[in-house]
Amino acid sequence: MTHIKVNVDGTTYEDDVEPRLLLAHYLRDRLGLTGTPIGCDTSNCGACTVDLDGATVKSCSVLAVQADGGEVTTIQGLARDGEWTALQRAFHERHGLQCGYCTPGMIMAARDLLRENPRPTSDEVRQALEGNLCRCTGYQNIVRAVLAAADEESASGRDEAGPGAASGQQVTEEATA
Amino acid sequence: MTDQAVDHEIGRARLRKEDARLITGQTTWTDNIQVAGLLHMAILRSPLAHARLTRVDVSPALERPGVIAAFSGADLAEGLGSLPCAWPVTEDIVLPDHPPVAVDEVRYAGDPVAVVVARDRYAAADALEAVEVDYDPLPPVLDLEAALAEDAPLVHADKGTNRCYTWPLATGESFDAVRERAEVTLKRRYHQQRLIPNAMEPRAVVVTPIAASGEYTVHSATQIPHILRIMLATVTGIPEQKLRVIAPDVGGGFGSKLQVYGEEALALAVARRIGRPVKWTESRSEGYLATHHGRGMIQDVEIAATREGRLLGLKVDLLADMGAYLMLVTPGIPILGAFMYPGIYKMDAYEFNCTGVFTTRTPTDAYRGAGRPEATFAIERIMDELAVELGLDPVEVRRRNWIRHEEFPYATIAGLTYDSGNYEAATEKALALFGYDDLRAEQRRRNERGDTVRLGIGVSTFTEMCGLAPSRVLRDLRYGAGGWEAASIRMLPTGKVEVVTGTSPHGQGHETCWSQIAADVLGVPFDDVEVVHGDTKSSPMGMDTYGSRSLAVGGEAVHRAAVKVVDKARKVAAHLLEASEQDLEFSAGVFSVKGSPEARRTIQEIAFETFTSHDLPDGVEPSINAETVLDPENFSFPHGTHLCAVEVDTETGKTRIRSYVCVDDVGTVVNPMIVEGQVHGGLAQGIAQALFEEAVYDDQGNLVSGTMADYLVPSAADLPDFVTDRTETPAVDNAMGVKGVGEAGTIASTPAVVNAVVDALRPLGVRDVRMPCSPHRVWQAVRAARSGAAGDVEGTGPAQSGQSGQAAQSGDVGQYDPSGKEGQA
Repeated sequence: MTHIKVNVDGTTYEDDVEPRLLLAHYLRDRLGLTGTPIGCDTSNCGACTVDLDGATVKSCSVLAVQADGGEVTTIQGLARDGEWTALQRAFHERHGLQCGYCTPGMIMAARDLLRENPRPTSDEVRQALEGNLCRCTGYQNIVRAVLAAADEESASGRDEAGPGAASGQQVTEEATA
Repeated sequence: MTDQAVDHEIGRARLRKEDARLITGQTTWTDNIQVAGLLHMAILRSPLAHARLTRVDVSPALERPGVIAAFSGADLAEGLGSLPCAWPVTEDIVLPDHPPVAVDEVRYAGDPVAVVVARDRYAAADALEAVEVDYDPLPPVLDLEAALAEDAPLVHADKGTNRCYTWPLATGESFDAVRERAEVTLKRRYHQQRLIPNAMEPRAVVVTPIAASGEYTVHSATQIPHILRIMLATVTGIPEQKLRVIAPDVGGGFGSKLQVYGEEALALAVARRIGRPVKWTESRSEGYLATHHGRGMIQDVEIAATREGRLLGLKVDLLADMGAYLMLVTPGIPILGAFMYPGIYKMDAYEFNCTGVFTTRTPTDAYRGAGRPEATFAIERIMDELAVELGLDPVEVRRRNWIRHEEFPYATIAGLTYDSGNYEAATEKALALFGYDDLRAEQRRRNERGDTVRLGIGVSTFTEMCGLAPSRVLRDLRYGAGGWEAASIRMLPTGKVEVVTGTSPHGQGHETCWSQIAADVLGVPFDDVEVVHGDTKSSPMGMDTYGSRSLAVGGEAVHRAAVKVVDKARKVAAHLLEASEQDLEFSAGVFSVKGSPEARRTIQEIAFETFTSHDLPDGVEPSINAETVLDPENFSFPHGTHLCAVEVDTETGKTRIRSYVCVDDVGTVVNPMIVEGQVHGGLAQGIAQALFEEAVYDDQGNLVSGTMADYLVPSAADLPDFVTDRTETPAVDNAMGVKGVGEAGTIASTPAVVNAVVDALRPLGVRDVRMPCSPHRVWQAVRAARSGAAGDVEGTGPAQSGQSGQAAQSGDVGQYDPSGKEGQA
């Protein structure tokens, strides 16, 4: 057993773990942070994507001990005070999800893209999300959602990592497509 | 007073109620479930496709740390029956025994041989390697045609044959007769490769027992909690009333979770045996072996036509790969297609024969479209060939044969009655959006120039029978259950509404759409409606979700239940307003007396009055809740026209989709946003079959494409933007006018893409490219055509199929073919 100390979504946890324990299983089985799902065993699908110290990782391909001393952000840590980020809103408003299993990883990967490239083209979005598989949407509305979030953020000048621009903004009731 | 709904809800692009939990990570996937004392189950699987089990010793596993129990197939045999097949399609079908864990013999790589239960998932997985198993190898059975030979090795030796069934259909004139008078006949062989469904959520099951009272709660990542409950009761002998099955949030299905799986029965049997809660979650690679596959057919198709391009007849002979066992509806999948081969066309003769064949591979069963994509592929591919043969435009040859809009309702040659449709309108709209004439002109110019990158244009129309299904039709097809759906509506005292549905969504958005339907009829706000589903305790009746049935049957049931609520409320309102029922109007949730608009009661007020029951009319029960169990009168028949333009690089074999346009007619639309999403996803899956995906086996029956790294599920970078549009011809056999949409995109897109690829290469002499049209296959087809080897008119590609082990030796292993001799002719 190895002792680790990890900050996840703002809370610090200390645990003794087997060195082989995957970060994904640590999050899910030990911490109960089941918002991060697992979709494959070959790091192809990206469902388990989280942020580790500012970079996205597939948490099925990282050992929990590698996160020792680090900061992990999961889908469960994005909304603040119940307010969704621009990406979360955009996925909702552009119908960027159906079953929703890939969505946490998809949003985490898109968040990383927008940090590096705040105004991506449609093709750049598709390339950037290549490591995240979705079986429901055909990706078109995911791409729309990411582009919409980019638009909103650049209009508001706010960092994607933070809550949306217009504080307390109501989510619209109908799709804008 | 509670707010009333102002607008009609039907047709609104309401954002989904489901999304909030999904985009914040507050979802309940089955694997998320933790229960005190939970144990983890792991399954040891056969590494061989076919072998006799001579010894299974689980005792060494019991020595491993954290292991609580371990079982062989023999250990579990008592009290655990054969897994069910609910669709024995013929009277003389061969129904093999299917134990959840093999006892004497394994019949596919992945067949379970032992079960270990441990305190955590790692310990359970570790302990599997301690189980000792001796295998006595038997010959694999992989080639569908060779499997039917007299001396073929047998998958089920006790059955004496690998032929599972032969199912014939012949309607209209005899095909032989029309072939005699035909001016043109064409015969082609098409291959439907095996596909792996790849729902993003792997399968999982959690069984929580109350040992003392013999009660069990089963959480499962399933599309069919209601059917599963009945079947698990049958398989385990646990009384049905002691079983509660819950489908919590389910991450996609595409048919793969329309199943009663061995692992579900095993988790239940083990939990019963040891009296503790048990969880099993498959890894993706395990799922590739253990979750059923789709497609897997060889199609011999022959058409007869006149020189003017009028179809006279169609003859279809299928060989369908059942895999090693018959799962829930395995034998019925090709039969769902049997009625769809004629597509949208008129003809005088139709003959269909399907032979199901056992092989030593993972069982097949429903995969998005289930029989209907295969049928559509065959007819739409050969219609293109007919167009070429006659020198006609592929759209024109279709136009000369399709059912005209004024001919509906139309009794088809296959015996269905298509209720409504307008193929002309959908096609015209699609052609305009696509810029068909301009693309054809560009194609001609580029062909004349001899471009190395060729432009291909693919056309596909489709219709499908969905909205499964009228129960009497299912009886005639020997299906083991009915096709009804249940809905009930509970009017709560505070004026809020619960809709209880028997459908079981896993991404389709039923919570949103059923809320729209109920809100529309009842005149209550959309947000005041809650949809209850997926739990046999809270929604006790249902036939679940598959076959594009949920809206046409389940949504229609919600609609009818809501109408019943209004009818019941009307009696109470009339009493309270001291008016006769005939003098009441109901609009936007308000009962009012004609001519005196101030005399009004909202439906929420009626709900409260009914709750107190202080002033109900004599003989009226204190409830305006209502229930409907709806048996549909007919299938529904969505249709559409899909057009695809591809750029095919003849030097690298790479295909790029340049544009994709589809116009679908799914009848009345409840939520256009959700319909568009369903079409997008369907297109992606159909395109994936055309270009990317194949479950490849080697000649020993090993699944070569056994991980997600080896099986190409397309990513965002592999797919284009789609242009989707609709025409709206309401269904006439249900009150809402709705048809199904879940499978539409998958059905039409595969032939549209392959037709485009072949269209691009036809000037080079290529007649066909076998799916998936990977760069390697396209390149081989081009090379074979250039070397003059493309002369095989009868069929398309080697006689042995992608289903075939021997074919693997002759080089037919798809994109893994190292020999390069799989020329397509």
